Amino acid sequence: MTTPSEFTWRDLEPGVIISDAGNSREYKTGDWRSARPVVDKANCIKCGVCYLFCPDIAITQAADGTFEADLYYCKGCGICEQECYTGCITMVDEEE
Amino acid sequence: MGKLIGKEVSVAAADAVGLVNVDVIAAYPITPQTHIVEHLSELVAAGELDAEYIPVESEHSAMSVCCGSSARGARTFTCTSSQGLALMNEVVFIASSLRLPIVMVVCNRHLSAPIGIANDHSDIMPVRDSGWIQVFAENGQEVFDHVIHAFRVAESEKVSLPVIVNMDGFVLSHMIEPIEYWEEEMVKQYLPEFKPLYRLDPDDPITIGALTMSEYLTEAKMAQNEALKNALPEIVTAWDEMAEITGRQYRPVEKLHEDSSETLFLTMGSISGIVSDAVDQLREQGESVNLLKLRLFRPFPFKALKEAVGNARRVIVIDRAVSFGGPPGPVASEIRSAFYSDTNRPMISGFICGLGGRDLIPDDYINIYRESLLQTEGGATETEDILYGVKA
Repeated sequence: MTTPSEFTWRDLEPGVIISDAGNSREYKTGDWRSARPVVDKANCIKCGVCYLFCPDIAITQAADGTFEADLYYCKGCGICEQECYTGCITMVDEEE
Repeated sequence: MGKLIGKEVSVAAADAVGLVNVDVIAAYPITPQTHIVEHLSELVAAGELDAEYIPVESEHSAMSVCCGSSARGARTFTCTSSQGLALMNEVVFIASSLRLPIVMVVCNRHLSAPIGIANDHSDIMPVRDSGWIQVFAENGQEVFDHVIHAFRVAESEKVSLPVIVNMDGFVLSHMIEPIEYWEEEMVKQYLPEFKPLYRLDPDDPITIGALTMSEYLTEAKMAQNEALKNALPEIVTAWDEMAEITGRQYRPVEKLHEDSSETLFLTMGSISGIVSDAVDQLREQGESVNLLKLRLFRPFPFKALKEAVGNARRVIVIDRAVSFGGPPGPVASEIRSAFYSDTNRPMISGFICGLGGRDLIPDDYINIYRESLLQTEGGATETEDILYGVKA
């Protein structure tokens, strides 16, 4: 018994190799997050420690020099909150 | 024609690897190894073979290095035995799943415990489902030919899968036999340059071995299984083309005599020689008996097996390993499964023989034949596999 699908087993590359580089950008890793980082920008000293420690490279620098997480990728691990020197990052439950 | 020379089969296997001009050999250099890697290291050290010889700290690393070099597009070889193959196991499955055309010779030897080194098939049966193409050789000439055949098949763009050439430990690996070496010109004619489907290249990056979850794992395994099944015609074509060069014709299932017989022995590997002696003695006594040699184990040659068995009433399968707590003979259970849906199926009579290198002589196989006949006369249609010659 088969399941109709637009992308079938025949469409996989041999050995499930990924032949186009850099496509992990398309892989949404933030869809099972239970908490998201909220930044109090007034207290951000623009040091970038959150950016350095983010294991998913989900944090980017905004035009004003402060940092924020891209929720497409952020898994909500809370490392940025732990590392932030000024305590300007707070993890907020996604349910709230 | 090539030259016929007396060589230890392990050394001949290494010379065949040298003839195909491999790029990388990775191997754990001590027990349970054979003279294959020893001779290859000599060839490389003497400058006779231009290859990277990488002595690693374990077989797990040996196969890991092989995966890396093959993914980079290098013609890659390794060999091992018993405990080494067991230690390598994790990466054996990765090599085939990633469709890396590595060639490995396995000198089949018993798996601990109790500790032992002699020949049986208990090392190879645990990797039965690893997704590698697997052939069994009966003698030194077949080993030599199949090393070259293995590279040809593995690297074919229609296949791109790793190949194991099985040769019995000691009985073949340490035996001096007359072997016809191929000339370099014959190899050039037979084996094209290796052109991998993909290769790791910093200038054109790809990802090999990425994560796949339940969403596409079923599809990945479907594709892998189809690839292995679809290798069968390429394997046969490569044998046919070899026959044009060497005059030696190999097939997935080979018959000792071309006629039909009531009873067939079915064997894999070097014991085929002894069993053929028993079969010929029985035929001289007027018995209707023949021998089938199962050369290709994976992909399993269902069609060729059924054609070779024809209308035989009985197939006596000689196993060299035990599937503990299961249908004890692993090959016998596959043969039974192959015929289960046939209304006129033969009785499959399984005997497990020669564990840990125990020698059997033609009279033993004649006893097995008689015992199998008694099973049928008693009206049995299904029998349990028997550990032959157990001291009781």
